[in-house]
Amino acid sequence: MTPGLAGFIVSGADAQTWDDVVADVLAALGQGFAVVPERGATRGARRRTWFDTFDWRLYRAGLTLEYVVGRGGGELRLSGGDPAADAAQPAPGWQASRPHPLGDLQDGPVAARIGGLVAPRALLPAVTVSVGAAVRRLLNDDRKTVARLVVEHPAVAGGDHQPLRPRLTITEVRGYPGQARRAVGIVAGVPGVRPVTEPLLADALGAVGRRPGDYSNKVTATITAGMPAAEAAAVILLRLLDTIEANVPGVLRDVDTEFLHDLRVSVRRTRSALKLFGDALTAPIAARSCALTGDELARFAAEFKWVGDLTTPVRDLDVHLLDFEETARALRAAKPDDLEPFRVYLAQRRLREFRTLTRGLRSPRFANLTREWRERLTRIRDSKNGGTVATARLGQIRKGAGETTGTLAAERTRRAFAKVAKRGAAITPASPHESLHDLRKRCKELRYALEFFAPLYDPAAYGAVLADLKRLQDCLGEFQDTEVQIAEIRALATSMLAANEAPAVTLLAMGEVTAALAARQQAARADFERRFAVFAGPDGRRMSLLLGEG
Amino acid sequence: MTGVRIYATYNIKGGVGKTTTAVNLAYLAAAESGLRTVLWDLDPQGAASFMFRVKPRVKGGGKALIHGKRPLDDAIKGTDFDNLDLIPADFTYRNMDLLLDSAGGSSRKLSKLLAPLAADYDAVFLDCPPSISLVSENVLHAADVIVVPLIPTTLSVRTLDQLTEFVAGFNGRRPDVLAFFSMVDRRKKLHKEITENLSSQRSDVAATAVPYLSLVENMSVERAPVTVFAPRSAAARAYRELWAEIRSRDTTGGG
Repeated sequence: MTPGLAGFIVSGADAQTWDDVVADVLAALGQGFAVVPERGATRGARRRTWFDTFDWRLYRAGLTLEYVVGRGGGELRLSGGDPAADAAQPAPGWQASRPHPLGDLQDGPVAARIGGLVAPRALLPAVTVSVGAAVRRLLNDDRKTVARLVVEHPAVAGGDHQPLRPRLTITEVRGYPGQARRAVGIVAGVPGVRPVTEPLLADALGAVGRRPGDYSNKVTATITAGMPAAEAAAVILLRLLDTIEANVPGVLRDVDTEFLHDLRVSVRRTRSALKLFGDALTAPIAARSCALTGDELARFAAEFKWVGDLTTPVRDLDVHLLDFEETARALRAAKPDDLEPFRVYLAQRRLREFRTLTRGLRSPRFANLTREWRERLTRIRDSKNGGTVATARLGQIRKGAGETTGTLAAERTRRAFAKVAKRGAAITPASPHESLHDLRKRCKELRYALEFFAPLYDPAAYGAVLADLKRLQDCLGEFQDTEVQIAEIRALATSMLAANEAPAVTLLAMGEVTAALAARQQAARADFERRFAVFAGPDGRRMSLLLGEG
Repeated sequence: MTGVRIYATYNIKGGVGKTTTAVNLAYLAAAESGLRTVLWDLDPQGAASFMFRVKPRVKGGGKALIHGKRPLDDAIKGTDFDNLDLIPADFTYRNMDLLLDSAGGSSRKLSKLLAPLAADYDAVFLDCPPSISLVSENVLHAADVIVVPLIPTTLSVRTLDQLTEFVAGFNGRRPDVLAFFSMVDRRKKLHKEITENLSSQRSDVAATAVPYLSLVENMSVERAPVTVFAPRSAAARAYRELWAEIRSRDTTGGG
């Protein structure tokens, strides 16, 4: 059977009418062809499960990954825009009901195409659809099959979901294209049927109240320049809270390391936001009835610091473990196997730290924090205490227009930039490491300020500033992270030695790893002046343009 | 085994079951062995096309195909069955000898025409008209396996010997010749004797014999392979056994 020539979907919303529409299609086709059931076509419903990462990396790359069980066992099928690039491979041991780390995927064409895109995330089942299909042959006067009609009745598997709309496909028989086109014309003319444009995956996700790409770790808060500052602050912080909460189940189930990473980033952003514009949530800017007091604000900030600290040990160990294979491969004097006791030690440490982490995330303290935080923010957001409400780009806001998001964003971003510019300019080759670490924190604050208020800026100017800032941050990040890792490896070596779990070759190999890290740190330090000059000079012109002062 | 295998059903005599064999084996190759299969109905009478309900007509006739004006691919029609396509007969095939002659008279013209099919198919079946001609010579050169239906008579054995000798004279690649007894009437003593003796004595005669059954004749009424409309019949069983025997020779490299 050739691939479908044209697909249709029953268009009505009322499921009661769907069977009637299908019957109308059969009756209409019966006018032009003899319509008979396919021989021996009594196969049962086929289950199709779509997999993607939690943050929809495949979907964003225009790909879909489907798991189907056929006669020869389970198979993963990858498809995208270009049919020539479609790939399939057997997936023994795969299950439609649970997440699979990338390691579960054996070598093959699918693994080769998606490995780099997905790592280090796991593949999660997005939705499973059970598709019952009835095939009918369309015959000419010789009773020869000249086309086929496939009627699919998809339904989301598991749970009590409403059935999905039937899909109808005319397939061509080789050498009879005209007959298939004629059949397509007949189907297209039946009321209640329209050409299908949405993939089955989108339909199925809709039925379970989701849509592809419904999770992203980006801030993407819906704010405008004319919005009251308190409302925008609450909207941004609620969006961050959504991301924190969305990642908790994945962290607890230890699906992959990126759940914890995204959770941490959102906690850090929350803390930065509180520092940057937390005062917008306090009287008199916010509605008096629901505003936070200064003490309350300080308490929430302290609680989010607690969450951040709670997550740090596991993340630090994750970083070592994620880099482990590459680190082992890069060894020159030592053998990769020499490091194995170090890996075992890291894994054991992680197990212990992970228990502490999950206890914390399951504690009433964490539950109360997120519940109270959401309640307070929601009340502020919904209080609508007046203020100018006009949509405008930042540069077009008149000075002194009141406590709007526009003025808040401009003032606070400018302040964050001034700190970066001043402290960065003061750094010389003789400056202590701490001055660069401090600059990194200020850069993060500026970065978050830019991201929180991104919808207010001109996209092109915003993109240019962010790109320069990101490169500067990468340089400062490399400088500090390598230092932290060196310190951690030294501490780990000491505790491994104390626990009698450190063979000499392992310690030597760990020494080599720290030497490589030190070399990377030096390279980052040497790169700093150039990176900073690009970002800040001359006189932060790009930033001024962005803030509408150019 | 890699690449496409070309099977031809051939006998100098007509009415021995060539078309029935080609239709049933091609169907089994597609439906039961899962091979992407195409059957070329080279007989201008178009019996195989008729059985698959395909009109015996090719645009531009045999001339366009033989002279390469129209790729073979264009003439292919899907049958009612998955994996099984057909190149229909055309009445102009009755002049195919002349066409081949005017195209250079080579005995390997058909091989060249079939070569592009290797990309899309695992098995090609050629249903030959009964004759000794440039067409049959082309078919014998193109085929990997020649399946020869024989009526159990002394004379037909002589015909097989002649064919084997002829093929043995080929330069280079030679097809594997496998004969089998067709339309066997168990009530006839001669049929029984010849069938049993030759099958055990000669490696180029299949152990499977297809009995004479009115069901097989019904194919032209049903217009479908017997393995489709009577899958559990003795006839269907015989064709399945024959196909299994041919496949086992394929994998062991011939008899």
